[in-house]
Amino acid sequence: MFIISLFCFSIQDTLGDPTRELAAMSMSDEERANLRESLGLNDPLLVQYGRFVKRALQGDLGTSYFFKEPTLDVILKKLPATLELAFAASLIIIFVSIPLGVFCAIKPRHWFSRITMAVSVIGISIPVFLTALALIFIFSITLGWMPSFGRGEIVQVWGYWSTNFASWDGIAHIIMPAIALSSIMLPLFIRLVRAEMLEVLSSEYVKFARAKGLPAMPVYLKHALKNTMLPVITVGGVQIGIMVAYTILTESVFQWPGMGFMFLEAVNRSDIPLITAYIMFVGFLFVVVNTLVDLLYGVINPQVDLVGRRQ
Amino acid sequence: MKNRFLLSTCLVLSSLLAFIPAQAKELKMAYDADPVTLDIHEQLSGGVLQLSHMSFDPLIRWTKELAFEPRLATRYERLNPTTVRFYLRKGVKFHSGNTMTATDFKWTFNRLKNSPDFKGIFANFTDLNIVDDHTIDLVTSGPYPLVLHTATYIFPMDSKFYTGTDANGNDKGAIVKNGASFASTNLSGTGPFKVTSREQGVKIVFERFADYWDKDTKGNVSRIVFTPIKDEQTRVAALLSGDVDFIAPVSPNDFGQIRSASNVELITMPGTRIITFQMNQERRPEFRDQRVRMAMVHAVNNEGIVKKIMKDFATPAAQFSPEGYLGYNPSLKPRFDLKLAQQLMKDAGYEDGFSITMMAPNNRYVNDDKIAQAVAAMLAKINIKVDLQTMPKAQYWPAFDDRAADVMMIGWHSDTEDSANFYEFLAMTPDQSSGMGVYNSGNYSSDYVDTMTVKANAETDPKKRAQMLQDIEAKIFQDAGFIPLHWQNLAWAAKRGVNIDPIVNALNFPYLGDLVID
Repeated sequence: MFIISLFCFSIQDTLGDPTRELAAMSMSDEERANLRESLGLNDPLLVQYGRFVKRALQGDLGTSYFFKEPTLDVILKKLPATLELAFAASLIIIFVSIPLGVFCAIKPRHWFSRITMAVSVIGISIPVFLTALALIFIFSITLGWMPSFGRGEIVQVWGYWSTNFASWDGIAHIIMPAIALSSIMLPLFIRLVRAEMLEVLSSEYVKFARAKGLPAMPVYLKHALKNTMLPVITVGGVQIGIMVAYTILTESVFQWPGMGFMFLEAVNRSDIPLITAYIMFVGFLFVVVNTLVDLLYGVINPQVDLVGRRQ
Repeated sequence: MKNRFLLSTCLVLSSLLAFIPAQAKELKMAYDADPVTLDIHEQLSGGVLQLSHMSFDPLIRWTKELAFEPRLATRYERLNPTTVRFYLRKGVKFHSGNTMTATDFKWTFNRLKNSPDFKGIFANFTDLNIVDDHTIDLVTSGPYPLVLHTATYIFPMDSKFYTGTDANGNDKGAIVKNGASFASTNLSGTGPFKVTSREQGVKIVFERFADYWDKDTKGNVSRIVFTPIKDEQTRVAALLSGDVDFIAPVSPNDFGQIRSASNVELITMPGTRIITFQMNQERRPEFRDQRVRMAMVHAVNNEGIVKKIMKDFATPAAQFSPEGYLGYNPSLKPRFDLKLAQQLMKDAGYEDGFSITMMAPNNRYVNDDKIAQAVAAMLAKINIKVDLQTMPKAQYWPAFDDRAADVMMIGWHSDTEDSANFYEFLAMTPDQSSGMGVYNSGNYSSDYVDTMTVKANAETDPKKRAQMLQDIEAKIFQDAGFIPLHWQNLAWAAKRGVNIDPIVNALNFPYLGDLVID
């Protein structure tokens, strides 16, 4: 975290001059200099950094120039929107990739499997914003079925958390962004599930179970699938963590008021405190997700020994 | 059971709907950004001025034809060369219920004089004197021709509402740029719309102010939901899919899509923002030769740029002032002539050309990076090799301040809607002490332009002044002081039935209080 914060500060000068966004073009140089002074931008970098660390240790990551609120509050307010989007995308990934992946593994020569695999190759190479724009064009403009932007009607649950899942309008608004976001990961997961499943299917115990005369389906779904899921969960956990951080493109196309969109705007506005806080927050998120996945892995697969005890 | 519940909800809802008067109309609008603050003196920007026209009223305002129209002042007269008297409308209420008087104007004027962004515009004004409750005098330090232009920036704020201290003990009237303040989160003006809820960057909801003074207006919008949609294509998609009724700005790339849709209409209008390149004479000795500058101006086919890159969504320019401004000189025409340009380079002794650096932003003006590329290619034809660098505006402005390249792009809109503003910022000799020529990165310098601009700013006879301003344009034209490109047009799009045509203007502040929805 320390290194991240130092990095953020060292690139600060290349992020642009925030007074440009705060004031009119025609403002005099003198006034602009005053403004810089009042923002503390004229101090040497180390002095600014020292001030930042001192405040950060007290839980204050600075005040956003644009939102005029503590940056951490801004991020926490935007976080639920992003988490819900990532959650919805994960649901889509789980419920689409597992059945498809399993099917492709069991019936590799079936025409449907071939199409699925072909489409997933194409899918992996289409950028998200293109998928998003295509969705908007087809379902919002041409067919008029889906709302084109924003979160729609959201219902407050607790604190900063307002949910999309409590009204039809909210759900309608989240569907397309979630599909767009899941489109990057979906092909990856289908292939992963398929590959793992194929491996398990060729293992001794599955062959034995089939030889014993057990019907095919229960063997596939009960015995094989369980073991397939182990590596999928590991990769999945990490990928979903990454997804939270990479919602930027999807959010900006759909004007989704989450963290990714907020970050992009902050960069455009040279909102330096917010940029710094966001990068630190995402760094923190990665650390947490990776730790959680490691722990979870230990729980699911007893063969993994975190502490290094001899078994 | 469930069905019955649904049915009864529908019934209740429809009966509720029936009670809303037929007149009440809701407008859902989407702009590229929302106003950064509710304090109209905190930042001089398009978004904040748009808010000013929605929730406040000016003394007078611009009409579509760039004339003045009385608003909170019913009439005005010049008493002497330094004083203009305004007679105020009676019985005007603020959103808080307070009645507007001359005191509010005095308070607002003092606040403007203290606002870092606005004090520049009011530099020539010394006092706002209260004659009686409904009469005020605006006093300037010398004879000043732009009193009325400046009066369009005086939107009275509710002095009683903004006086005192807030919950944290801070002054309610304070102008705070870095951080929240009472004025940036609360609002009481005289305008047609009250702000009822606001989530920054997500949405603002306006309700029509029941006691609005202008009872003659045909405007029938009772509620406005304002959403910022940053992405151009998403904004257009939101309009085409019917999620919003009114969008701006519209990029020329989307015109085809909007024109071909049957349920929306596109309104375009010539704008007043000039796009130019400046040739830095301090960095490049070659540019000190008038023939070289002239050759570059002649080499740039700006009519071609307008046609090909801007898709006719701009007006080719040969001067700063757009048509309608006092300084607009009709005899100055775009002058693309490659042969002559090559000849001029030869005369100047640069037949073999030279290499220069060029910088332009890539997200500030419409198609800015493409324009820069085209100009670079055009200059190559007179053997000037251009090393072009484009960058986001956040990085561009510090580079501009450093004068980091030989040729730099700048667009300018005159805050006063007057020609002299262009010369003050872009053409006068850069001078730290007077603050002139701040954005003249070319260091173009002409005694004639310097002295005549100052003179014109003390000339109150519009005829004489127009002549002076037009002479200045001609002088800069002859000197080839800069490379003029075009004035960017403006575009709005709305659902059919939302009659935006009568309320939009070249200043890009649609007067939404007067908007009529069928």
